[in-house]
Amino acid sequence: MALSELWFVLIAVLFIGFIFLEGFDFGVGMSIKFLAKNETDKKMLIHTIGPVWDANEVWLITAGGAMFAAFPHWYATVFSGYYLPFVVLLMALIARGVAFEFREKIESDKWVKTWDWAIFAGSILPPFLLGVLFSSMLKGMPVDADMNIYASFTDFVNVYTVIGGVAFVLLSYLHGLIFVTLKTEGSLRTRAKEAALTIYWATGVVMIAFVALTAVYTEAFADRGPILIPLFAVVFVLYAFLHRLIAKGREAFSFTITGITLIAVMASFFIGLFPNVMISSLDSAYNMTIRAAASGDYSLKLMTFVALTMIPIVIAYTIWSYYVFRKRITEDVEHLEH
Amino acid sequence: MEEVLLSRIQFASTTLFHFIFVPLSIGLALIIAIMQTLYVVKKKEIYMKMTKFWSVFFLINFAIGVVTGIFQEFQFGMNWSTYSRFVGDIFGAPLAVEALLAFFLESTFIGIWIFGAQKLSKKLHLASIWLVSIGTIMSAFWILAANSFMQNPVGYVLQNGRAEMNDIVALLTNEKLWVAFPHTIFGSIATGAFFVVGVSAFYLVKKRQVDFFKKSIGIGLLVGLVGGLGLAFTGHSQAQYLMHAQPMKMAAAEGLWQDSADPAAWTLIGNIDTENRVTTGRIEIPYLLSYLTYNEFSGKVLGMESLEKQMIEKYGEGDYIPPVKTTFWSFRIMAGTGGALVVTSILGLFLLFRKKIASTTWYLKVMIPVIFLPFIGNSFGWIMSEIGRQPWVVNGLMKTADGVSPNVSAGQILFSLISFSTIYAILGIIMVILFVKVIQRGPEERKQKDVSVTDPFNVGGVSNGSK
Repeated sequence: MALSELWFVLIAVLFIGFIFLEGFDFGVGMSIKFLAKNETDKKMLIHTIGPVWDANEVWLITAGGAMFAAFPHWYATVFSGYYLPFVVLLMALIARGVAFEFREKIESDKWVKTWDWAIFAGSILPPFLLGVLFSSMLKGMPVDADMNIYASFTDFVNVYTVIGGVAFVLLSYLHGLIFVTLKTEGSLRTRAKEAALTIYWATGVVMIAFVALTAVYTEAFADRGPILIPLFAVVFVLYAFLHRLIAKGREAFSFTITGITLIAVMASFFIGLFPNVMISSLDSAYNMTIRAAASGDYSLKLMTFVALTMIPIVIAYTIWSYYVFRKRITEDVEHLEH
Repeated sequence: MEEVLLSRIQFASTTLFHFIFVPLSIGLALIIAIMQTLYVVKKKEIYMKMTKFWSVFFLINFAIGVVTGIFQEFQFGMNWSTYSRFVGDIFGAPLAVEALLAFFLESTFIGIWIFGAQKLSKKLHLASIWLVSIGTIMSAFWILAANSFMQNPVGYVLQNGRAEMNDIVALLTNEKLWVAFPHTIFGSIATGAFFVVGVSAFYLVKKRQVDFFKKSIGIGLLVGLVGGLGLAFTGHSQAQYLMHAQPMKMAAAEGLWQDSADPAAWTLIGNIDTENRVTTGRIEIPYLLSYLTYNEFSGKVLGMESLEKQMIEKYGEGDYIPPVKTTFWSFRIMAGTGGALVVTSILGLFLLFRKKIASTTWYLKVMIPVIFLPFIGNSFGWIMSEIGRQPWVVNGLMKTADGVSPNVSAGQILFSLISFSTIYAILGIIMVILFVKVIQRGPEERKQKDVSVTDPFNVGGVSNGSK
């Protein structure tokens, strides 16, 4: 495998790590409006992700930085080509990030409510926008001969990309609800379980629609069927068992399945793109290949050394941090820290 | 051309705003780590109280620093795609390393530190704040490694139409990096320290919690003096670096149009006339510019006109003189704030050792607005550094105007500029409101009830609840 291909995989891994981890943070954030009934619920919800959401978001930042370093052309094409969606994404992440810190600093209902909305919007918009981003990339964007995108509204927003966005939102929400069942006790845990059972069907339908539309609107299945068909087959089989597992309270197992589903959807974008990083809807001659978009060998070698040293260390202390905060959060809010 | 101007305004304003929070985070993280270390070593409750109190400011500030930093990682690609294509190979690498080495470390361990007080041993909990502090400093190192490449490109080869890395050692031993990194860190240390000094001074004037804030101001003044002196020394090496690596920036910072006499005098202030290319009404300090440049009391310094001729010969026709007035005055404002920090911290330490600090009200009153000086110095230091580099985005390799995204319209940039300005303004206002609230409440008056979930020492605290 060429170094550029290794880096394509590493960037996929960073986005996969991001959606797996931040996916449940987003889901918990959505629960602030959909699940929480009172302030205690909200505090408990925020507490489930309090120690980890910031680090989970770093996976996205690192993915962006790694694209810049390993695929300057890809980074430049995507970030300039999706200028306005990125502005909205950043606004959402900014509002959400400070909301966790600010919301309890002033005792006023209005103040707290405002930040609850910020958490909610900041949790629902990013997975939607990322779903739109990746599905439109797989469908093909008007990349021109100079590797620049001059996109119109329908390049961003069409049936396929909207379903892609909704798929990420619902999957994140389900993933988050199951995370809540894993991390809390009492009525919140019960209600999260009920909500997960309800949302299960809608999410399943959207997943089927997403996979069907991927087959219609993209070349992914035509090109990579032998990988994608078994991948989604496994996902759907697992998903078929999920309802019963949630109902039976098999929380860790359920969480694993929603995690695998999110990972599979994110991975399918990269599998479908390979060996390109961008697919041009104007002319396949303008497709940007992994090799053409990549940095020089020297830079990639150096980065490989750093990444292969650092990523295991990062994963090790990340796992340790989850171990430190392994206890369930109870309704005894005053003692949440214990 | 509108796109270039708007993108520059956006980059400058969002980066300057981000850099209000960054140095305060770096400085406060270090000071808090020192305070918590004192607690663990000396086992005195007051140091725990200090750690708790100052960490409230730190966490509010850190949150804003983090969220405004996300855009920093993305805006090269968004607004400067041509630049990104050209330098990604060598400039993107330190950014990616920064994320892997520093961002993960600080974000993971700040979570552990905030929520883990009751779950970790005292020493592990202390280790986590030190890891946060180390993370913030490493982060500065890697981003400055990237910026130093823009100022003084090294370790690259031009091929495939871009600057590709061919020597990481050269990139990381870049002379510019090793003058800019310590300068930035000392600036950050001073920012945190003078914040602690100023806020403590406010309480001492009001005679609230005198013992607590006498201790705090002492730590602040000591750390502040280290920061101030460090700034002065590293500032001096910055100037010497500039003189041989970026002489145009230095000449502009001096308002020096024609070559200087030998020995060269330093201009304290002057009236810069960019139209006629003269600087009139100079107040000069003889020998000083020679000394600053060469560490000797002789030697002449090239002016902008000679340097311009050299650059036209090398790069062809063009305007190679940066905005002189901005560079000149930014330099003076920056250096002035640095000087004021050294003087006020020495004075404060003198009063502290004479045990007069709590009663010298005029000094305390002066130190409250001095909180803002490091912020002003930091901002103008960056303005001098980045404006003085113009018209280049990568010195000698790519002009700023050639770096923008061709496919992003002025309308789009205007939209993002307005959006970011608005949300950043709101964040700034909230930060001030929250800081004022925390100051009004003080360290003692915190009730169980309004202890926030993000308070690292919630309920009971480490002192009586640790396992």
